[in-house]
Amino acid sequence: MNDESSTSAHIRVRNLTMKYGDKLIQQDLNFDINHNDIFIIMGGSGCGKSTLLKHMIGLYQPAEGQIFVNDSSLWDETEATRQKMMRQFGVTYQAGAMISSLTLSENVGMPLELYTKLQPKEIIELARLKLSMVGLAGFENYYPSEISGGMLKRAALARAIALDPKILFFDEPSAGLDPVSARLLDDLILELRDSMKATIVIVTHELASIFSIGNNSVFLDPETKTMLTTGNPNTLLTDCHLPKVQQFLRRGEVANVL
Amino acid sequence: MAEDVVTFHRQSKSILRVLIKGDWNISFGLQNPERFLAHIKSNPETSHVEFDASLLGAWDSSLISYVVSLNALSKEHHLKIDITQLPEGIVRLVALAEAVPEREGAAKNKVKPVFVDDLGSRLINVYAQLSAFITFFGETLLSIARLVKGTAVFRRQDLFIFLQDNGPSSLGIVTLISVLMGMILAFVGAVQLQQFGASIYVASLVGLAMAREMAAMMTAIIMAGRTGAAYAAQLGSMQVNEEVDALKTMGVSPFDFLVLPRTLALVCMMPLLTVYANVMGILGGALVAMIMLDLSWSMYIEQMMATVPLKHFLIGLFKSIIFGVLVALSGCYMGMNSGRSASAVGQATTNAVVLGIVLIIVFDSLVTIVTTVLGV
Ligand SMILES: Nc1ncnc2c1ncn2[C@@H]1O[C@H](COP(=O)(O)OP(=O)(O)O)[C@@H](O)[C@H]1O
Ligand SMILES: [Mg+2]
Repeated sequence: MNDESSTSAHIRVRNLTMKYGDKLIQQDLNFDINHNDIFIIMGGSGCGKSTLLKHMIGLYQPAEGQIFVNDSSLWDETEATRQKMMRQFGVTYQAGAMISSLTLSENVGMPLELYTKLQPKEIIELARLKLSMVGLAGFENYYPSEISGGMLKRAALARAIALDPKILFFDEPSAGLDPVSARLLDDLILELRDSMKATIVIVTHELASIFSIGNNSVFLDPETKTMLTTGNPNTLLTDCHLPKVQQFLRRGEVANVL
Repeated sequence: MAEDVVTFHRQSKSILRVLIKGDWNISFGLQNPERFLAHIKSNPETSHVEFDASLLGAWDSSLISYVVSLNALSKEHHLKIDITQLPEGIVRLVALAEAVPEREGAAKNKVKPVFVDDLGSRLINVYAQLSAFITFFGETLLSIARLVKGTAVFRRQDLFIFLQDNGPSSLGIVTLISVLMGMILAFVGAVQLQQFGASIYVASLVGLAMAREMAAMMTAIIMAGRTGAAYAAQLGSMQVNEEVDALKTMGVSPFDFLVLPRTLALVCMMPLLTVYANVMGILGGALVAMIMLDLSWSMYIEQMMATVPLKHFLIGLFKSIIFGVLVALSGCYMGMNSGRSASAVGQATTNAVVLGIVLIIVFDSLVTIVTTVLGV
């Protein structure tokens, strides 16, 4: 959790091509994610953002190319090493994916139970701590079906940070939230990044989030099936003159800047 | 190791300094705040708690958890605690953990109910379930009334899909079970009847048992396991996805759209399957009669025709229609009342099968009693 003052990038993606069977989703992706970045994956619906995320966390194997985490290639390591690398990742999924037969406390405690030798009492205590960090103190014994969508997103966040991950991946964390909750969630993500010294990768379309917390990004295009650009979204807004990028960042209002 | 990472030093009579050092990792386990508590209890004059983290190495949640618990204990004992000497990340995470206080009344404690409580709540639950089921039945009747009036909204394709699935697609399993059923009946009868030289009555036994009881009942139990469970799972997962709510908002009655075609399909198919099961059972019995008892096919059939009047088939057929209603309704009822999680859908499926089979047996007993009293 302390500084790893490494100058090289935390995650590097090189010549990545992703396919489902024969169906090409994206190709030739090249970008770097630095330590402590809040990195945004953006692009229209169905362009393969979730797919990219799932490749980066080691769920799917790339059709071609490499993903380096701390300079070791995720898919050139042995299965055991990859599992260990994956354990430094905390992930929240687009649909929440809280296990519905377990209480929030048991959900958050599950990674601790699987990967540490903590006593059951200690696990409950840590789960309680993580839930209180996301503002859900007192909801330990609730089932996922008994809480609201916004609370579910935060509970998923608590589970993602259970093992003090070095890299956090969020798939559309604020989709379906009201603007105030979305803003609070953004603040929470920023706070976690700063205090845990984590690197954060977010899939999102929320322009407000993109500009306020993102400091690096990649833009995927569904038509050409490759990335159009990468960099700080605020810089892209002023300096990138690709019409598709401008359209996206300005909610379709292709302004007179062009 | 456990003793090393935290030590306590007294700065003055009133100030307790907590020295945090070394590496903190959740894989070493959590620190117990007992020793801290012992320190402040043995020195009642303590009024301030400070931290010294100059020797701290790597840290993670285990330290946050420890600091949070010291914070809580200090508050409880009215001590001033100063955590600002800790690394900034820790201070911020502790602040985050304490930012949103526990919402009043949110906590749900698992209380173990007393026996009487438990019994009472179970009875209340049974009563609630019963009235809910009756309401459900009433809703379905209303839906049938709408069907007769022609105002019920559902997709005709759905009906055909369910008819296909309940009828032709279940023939395999119905064939297997019915043939075996007929053979078992014939075997059991043969052993007894042979002793009296009355083997020919095997035909009557098989015919009567299949026609009046077994064909309808076995088919119904098969359909409860097959179709009732499927109905509950389908409707239950539609609940999970809020599809049922979506139908309601579109002004479509979920009873018309979901329950009606399923019930109709099963009620249509159940008597047909029962007739088929009868034929298969009788064939199974004939197989045993011909091989074991050396009866000829024509003797077997003639004996059956002579001793098993048609009314037994009709009673079986009547029961099968009611069984169809019971199985479809228990499947749909459990599905529509399913909770909104994966495990709740599983529970609903189990309940549908159990309820279906219980209702089948109970109704069958009732019919047997009534027909015996009436002498039918
Ligand atoms: N498991 C899968 N198998 C096959 N195709 C998939 C699968 N998951 C997603 N797809 C397809 O891949 C494309 C990208 O999906 P996804 O990554 O979910 O997009 P998004 O950018 O909206 O997150 C879509 O066309 C989708 O239909
Ligand atoms: Mg997606």
